[in-house]
Amino acid sequence: MALAIPKEAYSGKIYEVQLGTGPKAVTIGGANALPFLGFEGVFPHKPAIALEVTDTSPDDWPETVRKAIGDAGKSPAQWAKLCQSAGADIVALRLIGTHPDQQNKSPEEAAKVAAEVASAVDIPLIVLGSGHAEKDSQVLQAVAAAVRGKNCAIGKAMEENYKTVAAAAMANDHKLIAMSQLDVNLAKQLNILLTQMGFAKERIIMDPMSSALGYGLEYTYSVMERIRQAALLQNDPMMQTPIVCDIGMNVWKVKETMAPEAEVSEWGSLEDRAVAWEVITASGMLAAGADMLIMRHPGAAAKTKELISELM
Amino acid sequence: MALSGVEIFKYLPKTNCKKCGHPTCLAFAMKLAAKQASLDACPDASEEAKKILGEAAAPPIRAVTIGTGDKAVKIGDEICLFRHEKKFFNPTVFAVSIKDTEAGEAAAKKIEAVKSSEIDRVGQKLRVEAIAVVEESGDPAKFASLVKQVVDSAPGVPLILVSKNPAAIEAGIAHCADKKPLIYAATNDNAEAMAKIAKEKKASLAVAADGLDAVTALSEKVKGLGVEDIVLDPGARKAKDMIEQYTIIRRAAIKKNFKPLGYPIISFAADGNPMTEAARASIAVMKYASIVVLSNIEKWKMLALLSLRQNIYTDPQVPMQVAQNIYKIGEANENSPLMITTNFSLSYFIVRGEVENSKVPSWLAVMDNEGLSVLTAWAAGKFTASRIAQFITESGVEKNIKHRELIIPGYVAILSGALEEKLPGWKITVGPREANGLPSFLKGRA
Ligand code: B12
Ligand code: SF4
Repeated sequence: MALAIPKEAYSGKIYEVQLGTGPKAVTIGGANALPFLGFEGVFPHKPAIALEVTDTSPDDWPETVRKAIGDAGKSPAQWAKLCQSAGADIVALRLIGTHPDQQNKSPEEAAKVAAEVASAVDIPLIVLGSGHAEKDSQVLQAVAAAVRGKNCAIGKAMEENYKTVAAAAMANDHKLIAMSQLDVNLAKQLNILLTQMGFAKERIIMDPMSSALGYGLEYTYSVMERIRQAALLQNDPMMQTPIVCDIGMNVWKVKETMAPEAEVSEWGSLEDRAVAWEVITASGMLAAGADMLIMRHPGAAAKTKELISELM
Repeated sequence: MALSGVEIFKYLPKTNCKKCGHPTCLAFAMKLAAKQASLDACPDASEEAKKILGEAAAPPIRAVTIGTGDKAVKIGDEICLFRHEKKFFNPTVFAVSIKDTEAGEAAAKKIEAVKSSEIDRVGQKLRVEAIAVVEESGDPAKFASLVKQVVDSAPGVPLILVSKNPAAIEAGIAHCADKKPLIYAATNDNAEAMAKIAKEKKASLAVAADGLDAVTALSEKVKGLGVEDIVLDPGARKAKDMIEQYTIIRRAAIKKNFKPLGYPIISFAADGNPMTEAARASIAVMKYASIVVLSNIEKWKMLALLSLRQNIYTDPQVPMQVAQNIYKIGEANENSPLMITTNFSLSYFIVRGEVENSKVPSWLAVMDNEGLSVLTAWAAGKFTASRIAQFITESGVEKNIKHRELIIPGYVAILSGALEEKLPGWKITVGPREANGLPSFLKGRA
């Protein structure tokens, strides 16, 4: 019996979204087949890797990742430079210091940091709020204006604040990261709401909400697989936005990235284990369809880039 | 592909003799189609009927068992391409390779590593299941002696015998003849000899070829030689080829019922760099490999890969959960602290592990929240003050303890006021947010 390669008949395609300007601009998306199936589709762009920088020094991050960042962590601009020289495609600035439970920094302070980071590097920028829906509305408005012209991705727009966040991105010509909570229908719903207010769907990057290896990864994995199938096989235009997975913040809070070997000898070397935790989480998200990853450890990011090259 | 009742009927004797316990052959055929009867019940069924119906009823991917006894592993028998369609059933088997050129000390170390590889994760025991003994020396005797070393020092661990030389396999299998090893591999050059050994020893046989067409042809050839339990290696050694080849194999088997590829897949992820090997192996686990052979099994690497496998192979319809109960941890007594969490396995085992770490004997109240985590259950309106109060009151925990203090997860601190109202006489204490804060929290109170 001869094998007839069973190919899928795809009708949809992921939108291509460009971030940044000039020679270091990055485009994601464009796939017209399920992840990495080169025998039946084209993948014009590699999944991109963003390294995360925060507006406060990362004192509460686990030692393994803090060590890899070193003194650069004290200055967001220095830190961003480190990310660029470590090979990141993109810098993701998270304004965690603006959270009311953290340092409650003002939108103006946040805007200043964002502008500093933007001018420190020539790779594209993602700017994220602290995740506090209300505060993010104000912070991201100020920030979006401060980095105008840089073609950034601003986020995250959530059900509670999408109007103001999307308006800020729209007014300043940025792309938008829209996050929903691990649910195919909610993801679609948010994209619909955004388009209804006039935000072009081709400028949205969808965050289905990430989780770490061993801590709910399978939920994100399956939600993403379903989103990708709806986009490509059912040609659902509301599901055809590229996907970003914000994994660093989930990975670097689990015990596997912190517990010293002396405490859990059966888990082996902390350094390798912690980096592997981020790499394997990344691998899971890539296999499920991620177009962009936000990571924390430069070494893990480099390893993930290697995996991406092996996959393309 | 499953046959309909009418199609099955064509192959039955059509005598309506009722010996099968059904009024007519057609009625029996309908039961067969619904998988509520077995063809064995018809004494007059022809050999042809048995063959055709047997093949049609066979699962799209054949189940293959490697090894014997309680450590034997079953692979294959999958029915879908995406876990959300139903679930993935038989988890990828991890094997470490040991070469006969590294026999002696190095081999002994790896065997030890396999034996001590078991970890406990979310209530499941996970480990490296198999050992691949690899002939590299060109010397069948040397290979055989390594097989013997492995059999003797890791009794019961399923074996994969790796050599293209039938003489080496013959020599090696002598030491594990009744243990149902997997032979790797039949190739175009040695298929007859390998098939003969596999048949004689009732071993399963991997077919290794370069590419999908070649592996299809070889699988058919080996089947034609009478081997039933086949495992496929289409040659992928890099992540991209793994995803592509394995996806095509899985699709052909499940969607097209293409029999020559209806077998489990064996994958070799080895790389000189252990992190690269881990990343590549992770792709194989997610994308349909039933066996992944690694060159080394560092503890950190296996923790990550076993966790990934557990994630991918859990049932997407039913979260892993534990029974609602008041669990006693250590020698808890009437003065020991009482904590509450939900019955999501992950939450329970993390919290339990940290309480055990603290060495403070405690009571852990585990409330049925349909297997949702604390925050998810709270967001879903299932971990509410009134439901918690009702659970605590009805649980009978008041008989176990003298005090009336309940420690709640830090993330749901917001519940404390309402809980004190609903549980009169109780003091509600807000614990740390993350479970890993529990040891110092509990010790600080003691
Ligand atoms: C996977 C997941 C799901 C899965 C369910 C998984 C499951 N079985 O529970 C699904 C997809 C079904 C889901 C659904 C929803 N989810 Co959900 N989900 C998650 C996710 C990503 C991980 C949850 C998880 O597994 N955590 C791991 C376990 C171990 O955590 P845990 O039980 O809380 O235990 C920790 C601590 O609480 C503590 N702890 C536990 N017990 C105890 C006891 C004591 C005494 C102490 C001291 C400490 C302690 O220790 C543990 C580890 O440190 C989280 C986000 C995140 N990263 O946490 C969101 C999250 C919990 N979900 C959220 C929401 C809103 C929802 C939905 C309402 C959204 C929706 N789609 O409609 C639904 C509700 C469910 C429903 N309607 O049925 C929110 C909750 C927000 C909030 N604070 O209210 C979260 C936080 C996401 C977010 N940031 O918005 N979710
Ligand atoms: S035993 Fe066989 S031949 Fe007789 S009625 Fe049943 S199916 Fe028909």
